[in-house]
Amino acid sequence: MNGIHDLGGMHGLGPVDAEPNEPVFHHEWERRVFALTMAAGFLGRWNIDMGRYAREQMPPAEYLATTYYDHWLFGLERLLVDKGLVTARELATMRAQGPGALKALSPADVPRALRNRRAARMDDELAAPRFKAGNRVRTKNLNPTTHTRLPRYARDKVGAIDRDHGVFIFADAHAATGEKVPQHCYSVRFEAAELWGPDGGRRDAVYVDCFEPYLEPADDASRNGPRR
Amino acid sequence: MSDHHHHHDHDHEHDDRPGPHGAPLTDVQLRVRALESLLVDKGLVDPKTLDELIDTYETKVGPRNGARVVAKAWVDPAFKQRLLADSTSAIAELGYIGRQGEDMVVLENTPKVHNMVVCTLCSCYPWPVLGLPPVWYKSGPYRARAVIDPRGVLREFGVDLPDDVEVRVWDSTAELRYLVLPQRPPGTDAMSEAELADLVTRDAMIGVAQVKRPR
Repeated sequence: MNGIHDLGGMHGLGPVDAEPNEPVFHHEWERRVFALTMAAGFLGRWNIDMGRYAREQMPPAEYLATTYYDHWLFGLERLLVDKGLVTARELATMRAQGPGALKALSPADVPRALRNRRAARMDDELAAPRFKAGNRVRTKNLNPTTHTRLPRYARDKVGAIDRDHGVFIFADAHAATGEKVPQHCYSVRFEAAELWGPDGGRRDAVYVDCFEPYLEPADDASRNGPRR
Repeated sequence: MSDHHHHHDHDHEHDDRPGPHGAPLTDVQLRVRALESLLVDKGLVDPKTLDELIDTYETKVGPRNGARVVAKAWVDPAFKQRLLADSTSAIAELGYIGRQGEDMVVLENTPKVHNMVVCTLCSCYPWPVLGLPPVWYKSGPYRARAVIDPRGVLREFGVDLPDDVEVRVWDSTAELRYLVLPQRPPGTDAMSEAELADLVTRDAMIGVAQVKRPR
């Protein structure tokens, strides 16, 4: 979705405000939101891409006016209701109307739960690559209202495949349906001038990890419309 | 793990618990407490599990892990070669595996190429080697500007790169997680691996700083 979360290239947000010797958390409630989100995620009712999509739906003005763990809280509440772990009435009253459908992760199982070795990667044989390193590609001009990991600043741009990372769960489909669709994921190098015109650094480049459905050959004659 | 010894050295840090300070709880504090109670009452979360998760990321996982990876790469050429060829496996040799580090890519800085890492869409970050990201990494200004004005951002961090150095910005838009291998500073030949690790900062491994030679 073309949401406020897609910040790459925006102006006017001010300088980067780095805090010296920053603590991991600034408030106790941030600790709890972080851990609640993780623990609820381990129940398995949603995946990480659904989690990201839930946060993206925070209204833009609210997103910009709040902090990171406010976004997490918004996403968690939304998922709990959308995925049927908590009723809307329970969330409104903050009172349990009955036991949950799933059993809590126990403290003893935390190390095992965090130690996963393979989250999004799939077997390489599940999909043949359409591109290889060095190929010139153009990102498609896609504007789905659903979740996507192709940022706006990198749409309809020409770049070169830097490397093929292998086959991964396609985030867009995973967020929408939970289906694990195998797709090659490539690092694509875009020259700063291609992304930003004369305002981009002459020697600079941005590398974006792109799932194969985002890409077409740069010289593909079947592309809709002429290049500007 | 204790929350009773907060530092009050800047105004946005408060103890959320009512106590001697007597500050009333804010809406978000009340809401999070109520939500935790609701989920505990429904048997969906165990408060001890929450404590364990917090303790893991507050005290066990952090940028010291990444610093050990960098220092080892500086002193052990065979490890460095493995690290650049198959970053996930080489990092796992040191025991750093798991969530948000399942597929790692290490980017080597050189005199001619400077790498920096961002997640413009959210906050993707290599947790097993760097811990949880700092606020600035997750906030609008960095996410907005890193891709369009990387040199301006670097200058704010005190890094002024010559024009002939290429800046490569890596936007973590999928499930690959990036760690920058900074350049080893000159004048450190006599230092041990452990001493070198102490020089390596989190910011250098994100790519917004360089490792400074010791005084």
